[in-house]
Parts: sequence; C-alpha cells; structure tokens
Amino acid sequence: MNWLLAAIQTLLFAALAPLLAGWIKWCKCRLQNRKAPSLFQPYRDLIKLTNKQPVVAEQASWLFTIAPYIIFSATVLAASVVPLIAVDLPTSASADVIVMVGFFAFARFFLALAGLDIGTAFGGMGSSREMTISSLAEPAMLMAIFTLSIAASTTNLSGAIGHVLNDGLVLRPSFVFALFALILVAIAETGRVPVDNPATHLELTMIHEAMILEYSGRHLALIEWASQLKLMLYGVLIANIFFPWGIAETFTAKALSFGLLAIIGKLAGLAIFLAAAETVVAKMRLFRVQEYLGFAYLLGLLGMLSHIILEASR
Amino acid sequence: MSASNWTADFLGQLLNSTITVEQISLPATTLWQIESHHWQQFAELAIQQNMRWVAGWAEHAEERFFINACFEKQGVYLLLRTIVHAAKPELPSQATVYPAANRSERHTQDMFGINFVGHPDNRRWTRHKAWAKHSYPLRKDFPVQSEPEAITPPDIDYPFVKAYGAGVYEIPVGPVHAGIIEPGHFRFQAVGELILNLEERLGYVHKGIEKIAEGRTPESLARLAGRVSGDTTVGHCWAACRAMEQAAGIEIPACAALIRGILAERERVANHLGDMGAICNDVAFVFAQMQFTRLRELWLRTNAKVFGHRLLMDRIIPGGVVCDITEVSSTLIKQDIVQLRKELSEIMPAIDLNSSLEDRLFTAGYLAPEIAAAFGTLGYVGRASGQDFDVRRDAPYAPYNQAIFKVALEDQGDIASRFWVRYKEINAALKLIEQFIEQLESGDILTEWQTPPAGNESLGIVEGWRGEITAYVRFEADNKIARFYPRDPSILNWPVLEKLVLNNIVPDFPVCNKSLNGSYSGNDL
Repeated sequence: MNWLLAAIQTLLFAALAPLLAGWIKWCKCRLQNRKAPSLFQPYRDLIKLTNKQPVVAEQASWLFTIAPYIIFSATVLAASVVPLIAVDLPTSASADVIVMVGFFAFARFFLALAGLDIGTAFGGMGSSREMTISSLAEPAMLMAIFTLSIAASTTNLSGAIGHVLNDGLVLRPSFVFALFALILVAIAETGRVPVDNPATHLELTMIHEAMILEYSGRHLALIEWASQLKLMLYGVLIANIFFPWGIAETFTAKALSFGLLAIIGKLAGLAIFLAAAETVVAKMRLFRVQEYLGFAYLLGLLGMLSHIILEASR
Repeated sequence: MSASNWTADFLGQLLNSTITVEQISLPATTLWQIESHHWQQFAELAIQQNMRWVAGWAEHAEERFFINACFEKQGVYLLLRTIVHAAKPELPSQATVYPAANRSERHTQDMFGINFVGHPDNRRWTRHKAWAKHSYPLRKDFPVQSEPEAITPPDIDYPFVKAYGAGVYEIPVGPVHAGIIEPGHFRFQAVGELILNLEERLGYVHKGIEKIAEGRTPESLARLAGRVSGDTTVGHCWAACRAMEQAAGIEIPACAALIRGILAERERVANHLGDMGAICNDVAFVFAQMQFTRLRELWLRTNAKVFGHRLLMDRIIPGGVVCDITEVSSTLIKQDIVQLRKELSEIMPAIDLNSSLEDRLFTAGYLAPEIAAAFGTLGYVGRASGQDFDVRRDAPYAPYNQAIFKVALEDQGDIASRFWVRYKEINAALKLIEQFIEQLESGDILTEWQTPPAGNESLGIVEGWRGEITAYVRFEADNKIARFYPRDPSILNWPVLEKLVLNNIVPDFPVCNKSLNGSYSGNDL
C-alpha cells in the first residue's frame, strides 16, 4: 500500500511538472502585459515533440541517444525521494537528500557529455558553462541542506520535514539563511533568469539550452520534461521543507487530498514569486554567477553557524 | 574656417605635391579627377587634413573603369575620381591609409576585377563562390538576366584568421541564426569566455542591387532604393531621390520636403524604439522589450493610417512624395507624439533605475573614440563614441535647414551610451516632427520630372536612422540610370563591431551586436 502511494506520488510529480512550467509562463506573460498561452501548452509541446521523428547528428555516438533516457530516469528517481503530498513514504526512507543531489549530478554529467558528444561549438560551450556553475552550486546547496540536517539530526527528507512539523511555527535564523541559499541555488540549477534564460534564441548566451541545441523529437521532449521536473522538484523542496504545513502525515484519503491541494497552492505561490523576480531583473553577466553562487554558499554557511551558535545550545 | 576655405587650401597643397587635379563641377558636389597612380598619395594627404573617408565605388564604361571615392570634412563633400584602363585595371589602394575603405575596395575588386595594389587584405568579400573566376558581375559585358549555372556552392574554404595556443578555441556562428534575423557569419577565436578575435563574414544577402539598378527609370530606381535595406526604406529612397533630383536639376516643393522630413523622423523613432527593446531583450529584460515593441507597433499603425504603409515604403518618389498630410492626419500625428512621450516618461525611469540592467549595459562593448574616428563610424554608434557628426546639421538640406534641433551625443562609447543616444534621438525626432507639422502648408507635393541630359550625375546624402546614407546616381540617355551605388551606414559601422567586442566575453556578443545593429542587406547590396 505504502509503496503504491510512493509510486503514485512520483507519477504525480511527473504529471504536474509541465503544469507548473505552464503556470510560470502564464504569470510571466501577464506580468509583461502579454496574452499568455494556455496552462496546458507545455503538455501539448511535449506531445508534439514525442510524435516527431528525432533527428540525430551524423557525428553523434550512442551516448547522445541514450542520454535523454538517463537524464529523465535520474530526475524521476530524484523526485521519488522528495515528499510531495505525504511524509514517511518508503522511498524517502530508503534514500536521503544526498542521494537526491547525487541523482542530479548524475543527470548533469550525462547532459554535459551529450553536449560535448556531437562536437558543435555550442554544445561544448554549454557543457563547460554548466559544469562551472554546478561546481559552485553544489557546495552551496549541500551547505543549505546540511544546516537542515543538523537541525533535524537526519539527512532524510521525511525526517527533516517531520522535525519541522513537530517544532511548530518557530522562527529559526538558520532556516531563514538556508531558505535564501536554497532559493538562489534553485534559480541557478534550474537555469532561470538571472543565471540563464530558458526563453532565449541567442546561442552564445545559452547555458542549458546550448547543450540541448542538437536534440529533437522525443529526445528533446524527455529533456524538456526532465528540466520541468527538476524545476518542480526544487519548488517542492523549498515549499515542503520550510513551509511543510498541509502535508499528509497519515495515509487517509482526506489527508492525502488536502496534501495535494496544499502543495499545489504552495507551488503556485512560489511560481508567482519566481515570475515576478524574472520580470524585474536582467540576466547577469556570466562572470557574475560565481559571486552570486558564492553568496548562496555564504548564506548556507551563515545558516549553519547561526544554528550552532544560537540554536544548538538550547 | 569656413567650409569652402579648406577645399581651396587643400587644392593648393595638392598642387605643391605634384598631384594634378582636374576640377569638374557637378550639381551640389565638387568633383576632382586625378591620375590613378596618385590615388593612394591623395589619401595620405587627405588623412593629414582630417578628412573622413565616406564611400568608394567604381563604374565600367567601355574600355575604362571610373574609380570614385568620397571624402568629407566640416560638412563639405568631395568626390574624387580616377580612370583606369580595362586592359590593366589596377591602382594603389587607399585602404592602407583609411581602414574604412578596406571592405569597399574588396567589394569593387570582387565585382569589377579591379586590383587594388598593396591592399592589406585582398581576400574575396561580396563574392563568395557565386561567379566563375574571371567573370565580374558589375562589368557591362556581364548579362543582367544571366542564369547561374548551379546553386552557389558554400563558401567553405574562406581563409579566416586563425588563433593558436593552449585553450584557444573557435566558435563559428551563423550564417543561419536561431532568431529571425538576417544571415551573417561570425567567427570567434576565444580562450575560455574571453573573445580574442572576431571576424565577420557577410555577403549572404547579396541581391545584385547595383546591377539591377542599371537601365531603370527614376520611379523604379526609387522603388529599388527603398528595398536596399527594409528598415531604412525612407532613408535610402530619399538619398536616391535627392541624387536623381540634383542630377536632373529639379527642386522639390517645400511641402514635399517637410513631409519627407516627417517620414524620415518617423522611421528613426520606430527603429530606435525597436532597437532599445531588442537591447533589453538580449540581456533577458523582457519587460522592457514588450513595452518598446508595443510602442513601436502603435507608432507603425499610425504610419499605416496616415501614410498608407506601416514601414513607409515607396512614400517618397522622384520630385516629391505620394501622400499629403491632411488636417486630420496632422492631429493624429501630434496626439501620437504626446502619447509616446507620456509612455516613455513612465518606462525610461524604470529602465534607468534597474541596477541589473545597468550592470549589463555599462562598460560593455566599449568603442574608443579614436577607433570610431579611424573607421569613420556613423550614426548612433559614432555619436555614442563622441563622433559629433550629423548630416542634418553639418550639411543641412531641406527641411532640416529650417529646423532647430540638437544632435544627441554621448562619450562613454559603451552599450549604455548607444542605448541612451537612441533615446535622445527619439526626443529630438519628436520635436522635429512637431516643427515640420507646424510649418506644413497646403501646396504642391510633387514637381514634374524632367529628363536629365545623358551623363548627368550626382551624390545624394541624407541622414538615415543608422547615420549618413550616400547614394550616387548617373543617368544615361532616355531618362535611364547608368549607375546607382547606395552606401548604407552599416558598411562603415560593421567593421567596428570586430573592434568593440574585443576583451568582452562571448555571451556578451549578442547585446554588443544589437547595440550596433548593422544592416546585413544594406551591406551586401
């Protein structure tokens, strides 16, 4: 039964991710005084791409064609670790947050390889930039997560969320720092403005898009879907760790449906915040990203220090 | 020093240095003819006089080639000509003295087979691989209607400049781009993200404008000129009409000149609005782009209402203009200006105060004033780097000779300067339109065309929205065009892009390019 619930939760993750992408786009369009496409446009795009024949570069090796499957699977596995509507599911018990970061790194490794594989200048450029950014983003992310782990005395996400729920609404300085660190990392990792621009057509400015320029058809659909999943995953992490109220602690139909509504509400709110942020800032210069991620790391570090100094002695 | 003074002084100096000058009087232009072996020597003396190289072109007539170059100083234009014989078409290059002449001479070399001796870079330019080795499309014996033998093969073995060393890599970009823009190839040599060298390869939109202009009537040449570069249709059309009108010796009615002024300024405003939005879009500041796009669209709709064409194509014809401005239209135009000012006064502070945008635009894509001057950079690109030149003020023509306006100038030379120069120019243009509307009285908008004698020629110079546009026209018998050469400002502005991106990083190139926004079509002809 629990395993079934875990499977349903992961499916929900995959099913809702395009909707979140559509919602963000909708908010952005409205904020820019534009008519927005339907919320379901990302689903239509994915279906359209799936029905198209993929075109593969002549120089591409087997790596190029299997990379989308690996990337998508790794992202789905990462999603299965994160509690979406309920805590204490068996999948979250078997893997902790470090495994989740590991899945991300695994997916990114193959994405970067695929970017290099076809041998175009843009692919290599994108891979090099992605690696630069992730090498700075990963420590910042782990620093924010360790702050939580130390506070909750576990690296298990369900455990951490349970800990926050048990403590009730208390303002912890460490969590405020960690929250901001995680938001900054999430923006960098999911390739949003101001670090990367998912909507650009300018090859020379691309990071994530540069690596997938040569993909088409179902390969592209899988990669797009995986990045939508990743975006949602970060949203859920932020929403459920820092604002876990509403998540189902018992597996009753009522609690679960309330959990689903709660996470949808939280994600919708986060998306509005993201869309507003993307509207008021321009993309930063590539060489500013290190300062930005350095700042995220610093916030994570401050979170940990403030936990040790202010909270741990209690 | 008064304007005509320097030509007299310079003439004296030339005579001292054994260059023989034959002075020929042309309508509205001074033409000096010299011996071909003095071609380079003349340039050396000209650059000492701080003369600016404006344009260069050639013409084939029986067994001879006429080679022309145009210079400017203090608003006075000087046309220089020499003749070489078809048996041995060569003369010393001016590109060694004036870097601005470089690509122009390569264009002449490709199209006429004229050899510029000592040229620093005689690789093919406009040619690509289109024509057989010894066939030159602008020679008279090359048929206009010739069928190309096959699809032009790709220009794959063009010898680009190479860079070697650890970590140096090459990024080829284009000619087909991801966005809907014109084709052009950019070859970067980079180390890490730093640009070591950029080389442009243009010519992908060569349409044979110069060749198909031959034999046209004035009306049809005006239509063709309006298609040299679609976004500058008013500018090119006006330059060509000015040249033809001067050659035919006709004066256009004052009313027509005012309407031409309104058309040109409206084109300037529309393009600057589009560009400012596009610059913001290239740094992912989409909000501003959407607003500017909206403003531009509203502006274009008024164009359609008042003049019958959104982009104002074919509104200018030889002898005048095709459409009058009624009382109702002028009210509409005035309301439009009030509305645009109001909207801009809301948007511009939001842009000015946005620090993330400021961070991207300031100091990026710096063009030093010395480089801008050396390359004869025009328009907003030159004016953002302190090049204080504007045909409307320095060589005024109707209706600008009756108008009061300020030439926008910035001296920081970066993308932000080129952005703000455009904004200042929009403001100046709005004031100009208001003045022209005020001066407008009902009257003729068209003078009857008079067939000019064969051989009459002239140079039409106007300030288009990108900068000075030069159009050369020579008539043959029966009211037909013998030679038409339009010099878009992009021809002089493209080369400085290679300079201003140096020491920038690769991902900043698109916004650098957009801040310059050269025309591919106007360059390739």
